[in-house]
Amino acid sequence: MNKKQKKMLIRILLSAAMLIGFNFLPVTGLVRFVLYLIPYVVIGYDILIKAFKGIRNRQPFDESLLMAIATLGAIALAIYSEVVEHEAGDYVEAIAVMLFYQVGEWFQSYAVGKSRRNISDLMDIRPDYANVERDGKLEQVDPDEVEVGSEIIVQPGEKVPIDGVIVSGTSTLNTSALTGESLPRDAGEGDEIISGCINMTGVLKIKTTKEFGDSTVSRILDLVENASSRKSKSEAFISRFARIYTPAVVYSAIALAVLPPLVRMFGMGLAAEWGTWIYRALTFLVISCPCALVISIPLSFFAGIGGASNAGVLVKGSNYLEVLSQTRYVVFDKTGTLTQGVFEVNAVHHNKLEEERLLEYAALAESASSHPISRSLQRACGKEPDRSRVTDIEEISGNGVTATVDGIRVAAGNAKLMQRLGVEWIDCHHAGTIIHMALDGEYAGHIVISDIEKPHAKEAVRALKKAGVEKTVMLTGDSRKVAEHVASDLGIDEVHAELLPADKVAKVEELLLQKPEKAKLAFVGDGINDAPVLSRADIGIAMGAMGSDAAIEAADIVLMDDDPMKIAKAIRISRKCLRIVYENIWFAIGIKLICLALGAVGIANMWLAIFADVGVMIIAVLNAIRALFVKKL
Amino acid sequence: MKKTYKIDVDCANCANKMEQAAKDTSGVKDAVVNFMTLKMSVEFEEGQDAKAVMQEVRKNCKKVEDDCEIFL
Repeated sequence: MNKKQKKMLIRILLSAAMLIGFNFLPVTGLVRFVLYLIPYVVIGYDILIKAFKGIRNRQPFDESLLMAIATLGAIALAIYSEVVEHEAGDYVEAIAVMLFYQVGEWFQSYAVGKSRRNISDLMDIRPDYANVERDGKLEQVDPDEVEVGSEIIVQPGEKVPIDGVIVSGTSTLNTSALTGESLPRDAGEGDEIISGCINMTGVLKIKTTKEFGDSTVSRILDLVENASSRKSKSEAFISRFARIYTPAVVYSAIALAVLPPLVRMFGMGLAAEWGTWIYRALTFLVISCPCALVISIPLSFFAGIGGASNAGVLVKGSNYLEVLSQTRYVVFDKTGTLTQGVFEVNAVHHNKLEEERLLEYAALAESASSHPISRSLQRACGKEPDRSRVTDIEEISGNGVTATVDGIRVAAGNAKLMQRLGVEWIDCHHAGTIIHMALDGEYAGHIVISDIEKPHAKEAVRALKKAGVEKTVMLTGDSRKVAEHVASDLGIDEVHAELLPADKVAKVEELLLQKPEKAKLAFVGDGINDAPVLSRADIGIAMGAMGSDAAIEAADIVLMDDDPMKIAKAIRISRKCLRIVYENIWFAIGIKLICLALGAVGIANMWLAIFADVGVMIIAVLNAIRALFVKKL
Repeated sequence: MKKTYKIDVDCANCANKMEQAAKDTSGVKDAVVNFMTLKMSVEFEEGQDAKAVMQEVRKNCKKVEDDCEIFL
């Protein structure tokens, strides 16, 4: 609570106590009026002052002014009944309206302040200092002052302040604040390290590669803090609605105060009952404040974006959260999103000797090449090849290699090579790159190398379907056979293979034309050379984008780690947020309209009106804060 | 040219009013008030002096909502 809020709370309690206390005092007439004036002034003096300023500035729809008119009007009616009708006037109502209005304002300010703090706590990744070694001593300096290429020290328990490369030391890093991933990550000498991670175990010496302002952590904070400035359609709708709503209610209040009595007097020959109709008009003024609507919508989005960033999903604007919730089509780029983009030996078939031996021969034969395939063979082999065992390496372009290993003639390559050497080979039904092996002219089996699927890829596609995605599409530059294999394995609906980067844009455009207007299309890429597609889709989602500036630029939503499960999670977060937004819109408008109708026919009194104003706002704000809780989604 | 200013305002509707007032100020191309982060980002028209325009913006905002502040 800040000072303003504390002062307000005291005023609220004071006037509430007086209001209750005066109820039991046996006073009447003028004394009673003066007595009741005290709590009214205590709770409402600032409103009255603001109302006066509103008149001076010609702001007829100023909330304070409307509140002042409503409450002063109610007091005037009470005086009227006291003086003219000699009944005890009801002052309590006017004071209560003012009191509850202030309670509502107080609650709003408290709740908004609290959620502001909550969300900034969630994003508490801003490092306060960097340790620089000077004259053999560690000194804490402002990270802004550290130049590119300086060496900084990060001790256990500290946040890495600036992006860089580890010069010495090994440690375990906690990246949960950045990625939402709770599994710690190991890092050692030569590894790149991004700011915002928490160093858990060892002391690290880091050579910075970026300035603080360009470091991951600054970029992320900037992105999240400015996200809610890109307003969604719902927000724009509410601001427009608020601009019409208040004047409309005020004008109908004037009409309600004047027209029915005149009609009764001249049209029907009945008593005018001015008091009744003015009272009903005053209840209108109490309901005229649009605050419940106006606060709850941006608050919901703000909470939703905050919750999402805590889960490692950065949303660049409320508008994107809104579009994401309408996503029905998800288009994937295969490599880097569904598969790891790393080639790995998947299987060895029809081998005449042990797998290890065959792999060793293959790795040795390919040892001169730096092709990803040969590197994956070496990885599968598990050791550096001893080049001295290999002689007579001959690369046959487009076919493979032949070499002599330990005196054995080894041939490793595709079917063409086998044909060329006149070796009988066995075809493989697996998708991927197939390396046939022949030892001394004898077929020795084949090795299947393929891009491996990410561990959660299958569940991720299923989770998307469950989250309401109607169609999943995969685009890839890979061969048809590989693409179809991956697609059927993962349960993807549609595949387009053998695409050049430009074809991917064309394919996405085609899909955009096919789909119905309301269903939105999201494209998921790894941010590497798919920036044009990311910006062409309704929503561009870049994943595993930590540290990749181009992806953060081009995408609308950035997934901090490369787990495809996060896509479905992001959609579920957006759905929840938008559901809350719509709940609040319908609830607040609905209750207000009902209360207006009841007020017009005289069923609703001021107490109900104040509920329509303050009660609805409190409920809407509490509901909005729910958008923050996304852990279990 | 675009600049962001810190603001202080108590209610969401007042923030909307400030946004409208800022937009209607001459020399301002577009303005967005973010109530949640209490920031106002103003896009100025070509060749306008940001400082002078912001004085006007502040004056106009004070007119629609007395209780607001823009930290220039």
